[in-house]
Amino acid sequence: MVTLTFPTWMEPYRALATGKVSRDQWQALMRQLLWPVLGIGLFLLLWQFAAQRIDTSLGQFPGPAQVWEQAGNLVSEHQQSREREVAFYERQEKYIAARLQQQPDWEPVTRDYTGAPTFFDQIGTSLITVMSGFLLASMIAIPLGIVIGLSSTVHAAVNPLVQLFKPVSPLAWLPLVTMVVSALYVSDDPMVSKSFLTSMFTVSLCCLWPTLMNTAVGVTSVSQDLTNVSRVLRLNALSHVRKIVLPSALPMMFTGLRLSLGIAWMVLIAAEMLAQNPGLGKFVWDEFQNGSSQSLGRIMVAVIVIGLIGFLLDRLMLMLQRALVWDKASAQR
Amino acid sequence: MMKGFKKTFCGVLAAMTLGLSATSVADDAVGWPEKADLKFGFIKLTDMAPLAIAYEKGYFEEEGLFVTLEAQANWKVLLDRVIDGQLDGAHMLAGQPLGATIGYGTEAHIITAFSMDLNGNGITVSNSVWEEMKKHIPSKDGKPVHPIKADTLKPVVEQYKDAGKSFKMGMVFPVSTHNYELRYWLAAGGLNPGYYAPHKGDTSGQLQADVLLSVTPPPQMPATLEAGTIHGYCVGEPWNQQAVFKGIGVPVITDYEIWKNNPEKVFGVSKAWAEEYPNTHIRVVKAMIRAAKWLDENNNANRPEAVKILSRPNYVGADYDVIANSMTGTFEYEKGDKREIPDFNVFFRHNATYPYYSDAIWYLTQMRRWGQISESKPDSWYMDIAKKVYRPDIYTQAAKSLIAEGKMSADEFPDFASEDGFKPPQSEFIDNVTYDGRKPNEYLSKFPIGLKDGDTL
Repeated sequence: MVTLTFPTWMEPYRALATGKVSRDQWQALMRQLLWPVLGIGLFLLLWQFAAQRIDTSLGQFPGPAQVWEQAGNLVSEHQQSREREVAFYERQEKYIAARLQQQPDWEPVTRDYTGAPTFFDQIGTSLITVMSGFLLASMIAIPLGIVIGLSSTVHAAVNPLVQLFKPVSPLAWLPLVTMVVSALYVSDDPMVSKSFLTSMFTVSLCCLWPTLMNTAVGVTSVSQDLTNVSRVLRLNALSHVRKIVLPSALPMMFTGLRLSLGIAWMVLIAAEMLAQNPGLGKFVWDEFQNGSSQSLGRIMVAVIVIGLIGFLLDRLMLMLQRALVWDKASAQR
Repeated sequence: MMKGFKKTFCGVLAAMTLGLSATSVADDAVGWPEKADLKFGFIKLTDMAPLAIAYEKGYFEEEGLFVTLEAQANWKVLLDRVIDGQLDGAHMLAGQPLGATIGYGTEAHIITAFSMDLNGNGITVSNSVWEEMKKHIPSKDGKPVHPIKADTLKPVVEQYKDAGKSFKMGMVFPVSTHNYELRYWLAAGGLNPGYYAPHKGDTSGQLQADVLLSVTPPPQMPATLEAGTIHGYCVGEPWNQQAVFKGIGVPVITDYEIWKNNPEKVFGVSKAWAEEYPNTHIRVVKAMIRAAKWLDENNNANRPEAVKILSRPNYVGADYDVIANSMTGTFEYEKGDKREIPDFNVFFRHNATYPYYSDAIWYLTQMRRWGQISESKPDSWYMDIAKKVYRPDIYTQAAKSLIAEGKMSADEFPDFASEDGFKPPQSEFIDNVTYDGRKPNEYLSKFPIGLKDGDTL
């Protein structure tokens, strides 16, 4: 079922490249390129205009130019950090060689680089955490959603709980999750850090619900005709779910998954900020604490990157949906 | 555990005696570190410098230690993470190991073998309070005469009282040096900073108070002052200088003027950790002694470089100029009124790194003075707690090993043979009261404001 065609939205560009542009394509180009560019341009102007008028105790609010400059700084800091990392490993090799000479029976261990994580390291950490939390939530929510959708008894039993926990803010869960993780996850040589688990579980707890609800609704709304077909064919329960329920429920499920991923990303930043767990949220908080004249610009870079990543994650889900769902009309935006 | 520790201790001593005759002293003196991957916590303050320098100058690595330094949100989080083992050790307030060990706040046995610095704090008031205070401060050559006593704040506080408003100030933690320094300064000017009564469940520290003190994390002080939630604060650098730069407040006094060369931060680890990794602990102290020496070397010659390192976002992260203002031997009070205080930040001079029992006892006396210790205790109790928490024995091993390796010389340290951990009686306090660490109860009886022997709230 997976088909990859030349995306239709690129058609006008191909036409532009070949020089043969129809009227419709001109309109498409305007819609896709001109208006968005104008919108962004206007926003930048407004931003610059407003920024000049906001004086904080950390200096002027950063305009687009300062933010761009800070983005450059963050990149160069990342490169410097990588250079230090290389030097670190070289020094370590020397240390190991020297120690082996004095203590031949020692089993050398290479240590990971101990420098502070850069902005880009933090992005990586956040992405891994959000994806793990989201996958865990999906693994629970999809099967549970199917069961709830199939059985009105289970639905009646679970629904009050779902309604109760759905609106809970991540920040309320966080202290509980932190304490439970530190109590239960005790190991001398932990595979992953406690802070990672805390963030991950908090994310999971909060982004479980949209997937669960939408899957359940999707499953309930399988058309009666299809269910009848399944009856006639005498499909067993598993085949019924695989052949009939899942394909019809997929569009709804994806709507839920997309909502969940969006929530997961938002929750993660807040959780990282509050719990001081590594990631973009901590980056923002640290910069705020630093209170240097560059801090606001750097936070603004993070804000834009957070938005950009959230957007890309959503597009990613949409692509996945397009590739998997038979009803293409349901995956338009 | 203790037995194992003593054994290592003897082993180290034996190794060192042998080392005098042998050639390769370096690695005989202290055994290989039991744990090489370490994570230390710190709060974004300039006095975390010994940790940053020990890392950046490779002193930790030379000891075979691979250290990660991590900024913590506030002092409570930092202490909790040392207690539950997420951090191997941390930059701590001198009162934290003591408070934790006697069970004020979170209870846990924390020890320290390294004192990180002397002085380094200041008290800042908001611009409007300063305008009022200034009327009562004598001036010379157009500049206010320092040190400024809290007597000049008293009329301002009275004004607030008459207007039915409470006068609030921020400090960083209930057992912080800042809390005790601010209280000392206020009380010396006749203002009661309030008592704690933990036996009644009152840990606000505001009983009978003229000035209400509350906790704010250091980096948030300027913002809280700006918001008007507090009218002044006591905090470490760069957060007093930050107020000057931002034009939101005026530092009125440094802790150097409240108590000359007062002990400030310490490096704290849990006792269990120290017993499990004795060699690691000694090596950590070694690296930090070298870092402290580097910071003070050649009359603060390395300070500009240190400031550059500290201004990186992963350490203190404030602007270079803000940090440099106090780290390079000056302190700016009112904007433009920059004065020389070469000893504002001391990391190594005056035996700053040695963990003196008398320093520990001073903090205990202040805990008693303000009711955090609700019942009076005999002098021997103060002595016992100081010995439980402050560990010059570990410091001495580290120092001797550095001397044996030729990295330091014996004259840079106290004379270990005769040092008993007590500084001679000190009287360079703002109220000229003499402090003798051997007589804590007698010392407490000298203050007009504060609990004395036999008092309970």
